[in-house]
Amino acid sequence: MAVQNARDVYTRRLEGVSIWVVESKYIHASNPDEAEAFFDPAADKVYRHPTFYEVPDSIKHM
Amino acid sequence: MSATLPETLAGIVPAAPNLLFPFVLQLADTSLILAHRLSEWCGHGPVLEQDLALANIALDLLGEARSYYQYAAELEGQGRTEDDLAYLRSAVEYRNPLLVEQPNGDFAHTVVRQFLFDNFHYHLLQALKESADAQLAAIAEKSLKEAAYHLKWSSEWVIRLGDGTAESRQRLDKAIAALWRFAGELTTPTTTETCLQRLGLVPDYAALLPAMEAHVAHVLGEATVPVPEAVFAQQGGKMGRHSEHLGYLLAELQYMQRSYPGLTW
Repeated sequence: MAVQNARDVYTRRLEGVSIWVVESKYIHASNPDEAEAFFDPAADKVYRHPTFYEVPDSIKHM
Repeated sequence: MSATLPETLAGIVPAAPNLLFPFVLQLADTSLILAHRLSEWCGHGPVLEQDLALANIALDLLGEARSYYQYAAELEGQGRTEDDLAYLRSAVEYRNPLLVEQPNGDFAHTVVRQFLFDNFHYHLLQALKESADAQLAAIAEKSLKEAAYHLKWSSEWVIRLGDGTAESRQRLDKAIAALWRFAGELTTPTTTETCLQRLGLVPDYAALLPAMEAHVAHVLGEATVPVPEAVFAQQGGKMGRHSEHLGYLLAELQYMQRSYPGLTW
């Protein structure tokens, strides 16, 4: 049933080629109360994105 | 800690920047040296995820160190920059506690060193964000989010290694035996720290101890490891008396600026 529901909702615009269904009781999630400690430290680390290099003109398709 | 100074101390406040400079420098040195130690793991971690985790913690601490160095340079007002403070001071001028300059050893050794530091760091920042000094409070508030995760990480690993295999337990025991003696310096105030504590700019370390000890008891309990007996505290780093390890560390950390002064890229 879940697989069919997912197919009807999420694949209407060619978004999917495969559907995986997991019962919610088997999902381990991060605690929303710890969201700041989990995710904020990445906010000021722009160097994690490789955007500080100049791509030479001769390199196409980047 | 109150946000406003008691009337009797108000007259001393103009001297506060002079006192604050060595303290902020001590915080900066502590984060920088530990960040450098952790960065030595890069590419050598036991598994990919932990290699990245160690580098992440190193980068968090490096960012925190920069904030403190920038503030220290401002407090000093002598035209030195954050880079001057980090790259052009000798070992005897460094004010980090001995714990953070200790070599990485094996993974358990690094985990125990981190656990002892994180437990202090987290509780310090939590109190420091109420400091009467707005800049320190702001840095503490930002860094606290990172320190909360660091403490979670190192606590998990103490538990995992302690209650893991015979070998992981033996390595953890060895690390605890080697490093526990360096924990006491973190919460033993220097003369400078005592003065700043009286001014309400730095938290009273004695007040942090109950929560720190409770966390140690909880984590070691989960790890099935007995809490170590009170050990003699090795001290001196915060006064510039370091172990020989710091000199080698700084030689690597400062090599480029010492060899090619003013080099930029």
